[in-house]
Amino acid sequence: MSVATVPLPVIAQRVSREAWVARAGVILLVAWLVLSIALPLWALLSKSFQNANGEFIGVANYLRYFSTPSLFNSIFNSVGVAIATTVIVIPLAFVYAYALTRTRMRFKGLFYAAAMLPLFAPSLLSAISLIYLFGNQGLLKGLMFGSSIYGANGIIVAQVFYCFPHALIIAVTALALADARLYEVADALGTRKSRIFRTVTLPGAKFGLINAAFVVFTLVVTDFGIAKVIGGQFNVLATDAYKQVVGQQNFEMGAVVGMVLLVPAVLAFVIDRMVQRRQVALLSARAVPLEPKQNRPRDAALMVYCLVIGGILVGVLGTAIWASFITYWPYNLTPTLKNYDFANFDPGGWSPYFTSIWMATLAAVFGTGIVFTGAYVVEKTRVMPGGRMIAHLLAMLPMAVPGLVLGLGYVFFVNARWNPLGFLYGTLAVLVINSIAHFYTVAHITSLTALKQIDPEFESVSASLKVPFWRTFARVTVPICWPAILDIAIYIFVNALTTVSAVIFLYGPDTKLAAIAIVHMDEMGASAAAAGMATMIVFTALGAKLLQLLLDRLLFTRLQAWRKR
Amino acid sequence: MRMDASVKSMQSGSANTAGPFLRIRALAKRFGAFTALKDIDLDVAKGEFVCFLGPSGCGKTTLLRAIAGLDPQDEGLIEIAGRDVSNLPPAARDFGIVFQSYALFPNLTVAANVGYGLVNRRAGRAAMDARVKELLALVGLPEQGTKYPGQLSGGQQQRVALARALATSPGLLLLDEPLSALDARVRVRLREEIKQLQRRLGVTTIMVTHDQEEALAMADRIVVMREGVIEQVGTPSEIYRKPATAFVADFVGTMTFLDAQVSGPDRLRFGTIELACNSINGFAHGAAVRIGLRPEEIRVRNIDAATPNRIDARVSLLDFLGAFCRARLEPEAAPGVAILADFSANLMRDLSVVEGQTLTIALPPESLRVFAKS
Repeated sequence: MSVATVPLPVIAQRVSREAWVARAGVILLVAWLVLSIALPLWALLSKSFQNANGEFIGVANYLRYFSTPSLFNSIFNSVGVAIATTVIVIPLAFVYAYALTRTRMRFKGLFYAAAMLPLFAPSLLSAISLIYLFGNQGLLKGLMFGSSIYGANGIIVAQVFYCFPHALIIAVTALALADARLYEVADALGTRKSRIFRTVTLPGAKFGLINAAFVVFTLVVTDFGIAKVIGGQFNVLATDAYKQVVGQQNFEMGAVVGMVLLVPAVLAFVIDRMVQRRQVALLSARAVPLEPKQNRPRDAALMVYCLVIGGILVGVLGTAIWASFITYWPYNLTPTLKNYDFANFDPGGWSPYFTSIWMATLAAVFGTGIVFTGAYVVEKTRVMPGGRMIAHLLAMLPMAVPGLVLGLGYVFFVNARWNPLGFLYGTLAVLVINSIAHFYTVAHITSLTALKQIDPEFESVSASLKVPFWRTFARVTVPICWPAILDIAIYIFVNALTTVSAVIFLYGPDTKLAAIAIVHMDEMGASAAAAGMATMIVFTALGAKLLQLLLDRLLFTRLQAWRKR
Repeated sequence: MRMDASVKSMQSGSANTAGPFLRIRALAKRFGAFTALKDIDLDVAKGEFVCFLGPSGCGKTTLLRAIAGLDPQDEGLIEIAGRDVSNLPPAARDFGIVFQSYALFPNLTVAANVGYGLVNRRAGRAAMDARVKELLALVGLPEQGTKYPGQLSGGQQQRVALARALATSPGLLLLDEPLSALDARVRVRLREEIKQLQRRLGVTTIMVTHDQEEALAMADRIVVMREGVIEQVGTPSEIYRKPATAFVADFVGTMTFLDAQVSGPDRLRFGTIELACNSINGFAHGAAVRIGLRPEEIRVRNIDAATPNRIDARVSLLDFLGAFCRARLEPEAAPGVAILADFSANLMRDLSVVEGQTLTIALPPESLRVFAKS
């Protein structure tokens, strides 16, 4: 072989039409994420350094915040109830998860479903229920022995209900992954059960439990609805932000509270990431899945436990639903539908409910499309690696941003004088965009997980066959990922329906949402109507979930025939 | 699989007989600080079956993906059929590719998979169906078109992948470890079928493999690679019989290496033993070298006083491997040094070889290969 001695040029692959399309995808995705996530957060940050006239005043707002005890005391209140809730909920959820994964107890599916119920309700529903049970006119008020449910106690108990399913999902995932061989070896060595639990079970679930603790902590610190309904005179960060912005129109101080609120959330996120990074794969590819053995006394004991916990969960949520059908709680318990005549309690009547459904549907449809296509661009195309990395980081950001903070950011961003998008304020569009941004991360991670399971060579094969990648995306990738896509759509729909925090600042006269109507009716003392609207949300969200299960089954039998062997 | 004349005629026959079909010059590829490929020059003739062989991490797959344009090289020239494709995207090159993972679309039927690249050719529906049928017959799966990939065995799936890669009649067929995911038996059968198919279609083929047996059985020429450079290019028998370096000798087949010194023209000194060889490979007198010899070259029968390179060796270990035994021989004059030898079942019976026995063996001069001492 004769070697050419002419120096050859460095190769830069000619950009094909396909690559241009991929690049356009990356650019559009980054632009969308910057617009819907980064800029609102920037608006919030800069607002906290400005005075009412929009002039830069350095840290003056922060100085004022920290020299006002009534404001900064809320930090301790927020962190205090968050720690208390975490300490209570994690052991409760762990034992429940243990019963679901490591026993041969019956009705596991039912117990799991019962524990998931709070996910389908606005957080404040548990607070409303607690008031019906232990409030001034509560059925079980006697059990309080004179102390009040309004305040820290009420917040903590309500948060335990609200956070339980979140902690349970993570704990179940952590406990479900176990290598049976480790237990067999421990047994063969004659290890006592308690020691096996300490040396095999707990270490295996450790990282899951830590993660669950941080998730719960963040949920409590950033939740708005519960503290609003049952907090009474007990101020927390989330209610402070609301009071500053909505009550006193003090946007600068609202921005400061928002920034303060961001700190525990971001800290929890960062610490959790650092801890999780130290996790090594405990489960090798050759692990043998653990099949729990029969142990009647243990199974019976844990079933009683699940009955009690699950029963309380269902009972408490059920109380609010029941109360919404009651004539005059607790004196006249005859059933009625008059509380559902919302027009008597809120000028909007039923329209917030339909606005909510429409908004959640739009968010689910557009959100799923944007998130999944975006994840595909990030994971499967090979253009602009820097741009794709930025897109991924921006997509991970909302996880660490409380909804209330994001909502505040949107207020400042949309209302900023320099922003030509100002016309969006109060429109359905801004609520939809905000909801998509709010729930972006989980949907993004779900998409990535689904996409990573697909052979990375599909794109190479289509390139060799001269088929553009978008056709393979439509003909192969999307059909394969249908279950994940459906999952994302329902996730966004349910959350957009139940969330109060992010949208409370953003709605306009024509775009009031059901969750906000609940807050307003509760504020006015129409708690039965508030419970009624919440009940409507619960049934709608549950209906969406059932629809998903139904569609999944349909997809598997008809459209996904190829999954069968 | 039945010979089908029409298939051959469908292969793109752009007869560019003047130069090589694939020409690579001064190709280099880096991943950060790591040099994955450097100074690769290679010609592949039209219709040739070439194997890239080497241990994992040697750059063979990187080279294949550079040829495909999937991971473009940093420097260097690639020409396919006389056309410079160095900076063309994959879709503008002319190749079909088969991966170890098959990469079949699980939600499409076998027929839809095979016809995937034909859809945008805008040939009529009927022509497309006919072509798919023909290809499925070609790979021996005539009746499987309506099934989904998940319903086929691994070997069948790989045939479908092959049919899909051949559907558009590419000038170049790239196979990236196509047999590695299959059972040993299926692998042997499929490699024969692929080889026959390739001969029949005359499609220029490059296959990446780490399995030397596969490369020896299938390739017209083997490109042995190591740490991003080409160690040797040659026919299977050249690679096996005349390995250019100790690495090639060791990687392809089994070889015993002995440290020795050049002690004269075609003479080597190994410990206290003086050995004759056919060529000292250009090494200077006194140079430290390594002698390589294959286990099957060692002679035990018909040795007399005139036989060169006679030594006495003790049988220290016998491994029964079915058709033959692999013996570990320690020369009396150099204890501790092991020479591997393969003894046929016949020989074992005739000489009743047992462990601990001392044999007189001969190392034929023509079988001694001399390498630089690394």
